[in-house]
Amino acid sequence: MKKIFILSLIIAMACVSAATIYWHEFASQSADSEKVVVTGSSTIAPLVSRIAKRYEETHPDVRIDVQTGGSSRGLADARTGSCDVGMISREATENEADLTWVTIAKDAVGLIVNTENTITTLADAEIVAIYTGEVTNWSEVGGADRPITVVNKAAGRATLKVFLDYFKIAPEEIRADIIIGDNQHGIKTVIGNPDAICYVSVGTAEYEVKRGTGIKLLDIGNIESSIAGVMSGAYPLSRPLNLVTRGIPSDTVLAFLEYCQSTAVHDLIREEYFVEVQ
Amino acid sequence: MKFNSDGILLWLLRTVAVAAGGVLILIFSFLLIESISAFREIGFFRFFSDPSWHPNTNSNTGSYNLVPMILGSFYVMLGAVFLATPLAILSALFCHFYAPAAVAGFYRRIIEVFAGIPSVVYGFWGLVVLVPLIREVQPPGPSLLAGIFILTIMILPTIALMTDAAFSGVPKNYIVAAKALGMRRWTMLRAAIIPASRFGITAGVILGAGRAIGETMAILMVCGNVVQTPRGLFDPIRTLTANIALEMAYATGDHRSALFVSGFILLVAIAAMVMVADLVKADVI
Amino acid sequence: MEIHRNITDKLLVVGVWVTAIAVTCLFAWILSDILSNGLKNLSWTFLIESPHDAGRSGGIASVLVSTCLILIICLVVALPLGFGTAVLLAEYTSEDKLFGRIIRCNLDVLAGVPSIVFGLFGNAFFCIYLGMGFSILSGGLTLACMVLPILIRSTEAGFRSVSDDYRRAAAGLGMGRARTLVYILLPVAAPGLAVGIVLGIGRAIAETAALLFTSGYVDRMPGSVLDSGRSISIHIYDLSMNVPGGESNAYTTALVLVILLVVINWTSTWVTNRFSGGNLLY
Repeated sequence: MKKIFILSLIIAMACVSAATIYWHEFASQSADSEKVVVTGSSTIAPLVSRIAKRYEETHPDVRIDVQTGGSSRGLADARTGSCDVGMISREATENEADLTWVTIAKDAVGLIVNTENTITTLADAEIVAIYTGEVTNWSEVGGADRPITVVNKAAGRATLKVFLDYFKIAPEEIRADIIIGDNQHGIKTVIGNPDAICYVSVGTAEYEVKRGTGIKLLDIGNIESSIAGVMSGAYPLSRPLNLVTRGIPSDTVLAFLEYCQSTAVHDLIREEYFVEVQ
Repeated sequence: MKFNSDGILLWLLRTVAVAAGGVLILIFSFLLIESISAFREIGFFRFFSDPSWHPNTNSNTGSYNLVPMILGSFYVMLGAVFLATPLAILSALFCHFYAPAAVAGFYRRIIEVFAGIPSVVYGFWGLVVLVPLIREVQPPGPSLLAGIFILTIMILPTIALMTDAAFSGVPKNYIVAAKALGMRRWTMLRAAIIPASRFGITAGVILGAGRAIGETMAILMVCGNVVQTPRGLFDPIRTLTANIALEMAYATGDHRSALFVSGFILLVAIAAMVMVADLVKADVI
Repeated sequence: MEIHRNITDKLLVVGVWVTAIAVTCLFAWILSDILSNGLKNLSWTFLIESPHDAGRSGGIASVLVSTCLILIICLVVALPLGFGTAVLLAEYTSEDKLFGRIIRCNLDVLAGVPSIVFGLFGNAFFCIYLGMGFSILSGGLTLACMVLPILIRSTEAGFRSVSDDYRRAAAGLGMGRARTLVYILLPVAAPGLAVGIVLGIGRAIAETAALLFTSGYVDRMPGSVLDSGRSISIHIYDLSMNVPGGESNAYTTALVLVILLVVINWTSTWVTNRFSGGNLLY
């Protein structure tokens, strides 16, 4: 019995290591087949995932694996070559010119508050005052006498950068009560807190407004926050959703990139609540 | 011959144990390699002496104080462990010595299921249900308290199940003997059952504490994530793990490396804690 | 004194029942939240269809398959490692006192490593260094590292709770250590082992951050363990945090997960009961 026990232990471990080696070999083999690996921004991932599925239907010899993990991930992987295409949901900076950038869609940033809040519009200066802690009560900007809960995004997020650049606020000046990560996190926070103000993706916010979940989009100054405004270019707060490649990509990758920019995917872009690039 | 095969078994087990222990070494060196550039560019002491946490890709323009987050991590963990341990032990006692068999089985099944609910689900529930409730008491809502509550719910099953298993390992004759001596239930538990199962209970608490300090997603959703040293239970806090999860996705350069430093410091802190606990235990026994 | 003890006894009864009821209510609250939001979409087709529209419609068939594969790999690797280490720690303490202490400290630290660090580590080590890429295999191995402390600690606790009388009796009968282990100690330590497996599976199936960077995000039906596959908790995370309008399917997926857990726990308890059928004790 004891021998059987020892034997089974050894066999189990041998099996595992053999399998690992075998799969290791197999993995390096299948790398030559037409597999495109896309990694990066969690904002873009659902969209590219759907585009990839549609693309695979017409190109059965190509397999596109979409992975997520954040924009910095896409950037790093594209540089090291562990992916073919990186997804980055912000604009290129000057030291990122080594990569080829392709914009497939745009995402706008809008301010949201709870529907219980009587405010419908805020001027630029008022928004700056709220986010820098100069104004801490809604009554100071024409609302009810309640404290403002300022919701901000975590450092490095693309929406934060768009927001700060437009309103010319330095990151150190922000006085936030809550800091969040994803759009849905912000939306859920505002739904649960009548005094909160937050900025999220306009497309997502518009969808939630239509569903009547308890939030509303604020107009910034005289500009209406809406998908239509973003499309016409009247709405200034937006960020590009980019695909990046390094060096000269293979024909398969190029064909896929071209497909991502074609009108054939515009319905998918809209269904994911983004705005197509004209 | 007999001695020999027992010897083989011992060496086999040692190999396996070394492999298990090797995982931590691998992770440790991985973190060290990733954070080395931050240590070189930013320096070790700036993580404790900088005025605030405003990381930047370029180390000269950013500031990198981790102290509020280290405190945040420890407050949440301590709160959760202090709240969950008594509840878990009472739960295990209930299962073993108080509840009728059918109820005990049902209760155990509930706890087992809740050990496997993804932290996202707990976090989502906390965000939608718990945080608005706390906001009614004291705005803004996301707070140290919310984090402690959610973590308590998450680690209670771990501690309760380990304690429960420890109770079932206590030899029946202890119980029989205690009953024969005419001991009351409480006396029996205190004098015989709990001491006999202390190893299992300690192991459960350690695993629970580990889970609490390592938890990321749920904490991220309910704690508010403002980098500050909390002055009360209702203040928002950010933990080291939440910091990594929040910023890793968009961090590059020194910022990214600084995030690995927060992981590294967390690991070193846990290691120090475990070693102190081990020494204390060795002294007592 | 007598009265005092009597009161403590009564108080404990009250305390224990109140705790149990409170915990049950709390869990019922969370569960009813999942049930009320998830039940309306749950159907047979939800289980056998693959996700469409980024998961908003369609089912979770491919996600379930990937999850099972990841779990199997995780357990195949972690169980022998964990079990062996636990036996060493619990049964060979006299030989390996210092070694045991080092390993145990090691594991306690490992238990506190944040899951996202496991994810980044798994990505660097399994995916890139060992060349497995984003695959179910890398995911399973990363999870195995993660559940090791849980498995080892609870199995060890199981062995430690066995009274030394059994070991002495076995030694007195001239049984070898391996033999004692299998015939005498294992049946008694079985509850500890079972709890370890249940907790380990629970932790593995609930894991999001560690898998996001290793087994990946692809929701296609996996062809082999080298394909990337999305696990059930990543699916829930993505639907609830990244996909506008994915909430109701996120709840339904969470409900499926709960049902899955009930089934897994029920089976593992049943198997342990069978396994320790010849339980020496009672």
